[in-house]
Amino acid sequence: MSAPDATVMSGPVAGEAVEVRISVDMVKRGLWVAPVLVILAGMIWDIEGSLSAAFATGLVLVNFLLAAGLIAGASRISLGLVMAATLFGYLIRLGLIMLAVLLVRDASWISLPALGATIIVTHLGLLVWELKYVAISLAHAGVRPARP
Amino acid sequence: MEAFSILAQLTDEGAKAAEAAGSAGFAYGLAAIGPGIGIGYLVGKSVEAMARQPEAAGMVRTTMFLGIAFTEALALIGFVVFILIGL
Repeated sequence: MSAPDATVMSGPVAGEAVEVRISVDMVKRGLWVAPVLVILAGMIWDIEGSLSAAFATGLVLVNFLLAAGLIAGASRISLGLVMAATLFGYLIRLGLIMLAVLLVRDASWISLPALGATIIVTHLGLLVWELKYVAISLAHAGVRPARP
Repeated sequence: MEAFSILAQLTDEGAKAAEAAGSAGFAYGLAAIGPGIGIGYLVGKSVEAMARQPEAAGMVRTTMFLGIAFTEALALIGFVVFILIGL
């Protein structure tokens, strides 16, 4: 097995920014399901739950967009930079999420159980939903699945 | 004497709260290590695949992005445990 060509590593990645397309898809779906999550959280944790669920959904969607933007931006520069951008992006995004939660933790409208549950459910739910469409696209490359 | 016992009780409660926050922070740090290693390995292999086969970059980037997001979910679960226990 031969080592990858060094010139390929220092050049930009060919093709369109698929991460941006995937994350925009997930954000669209997230905006569709956000009212349902807000109502559900409101039924369980009252008005604080609704507000916390809305905040958590926004946090997850911004996190997806930021991740895609960082990778797409880095891949326009060089393939080697994708590695650095992804790993530092992971640290930066975790830090930003933590900062956002620390800033609102003492607010009267926040419910931490609702916030935590919504972060996990929204993140995993949107990923599994998107995976269904990506799996279809990869298995049948010519077929474009219907958008929600 | 009563004031001292109240002060000791408050200090004890504060120490316990600080201990809980410290433990939760430590647990979050530990929870972030695994996904960090996973994402590093995943992206390293993906970059290698894109360098070897640039024509397959679109497919590799798609699976890489979803893999990163799934791996990151582990760190988010650790973070949620941290905010529920530590804050």
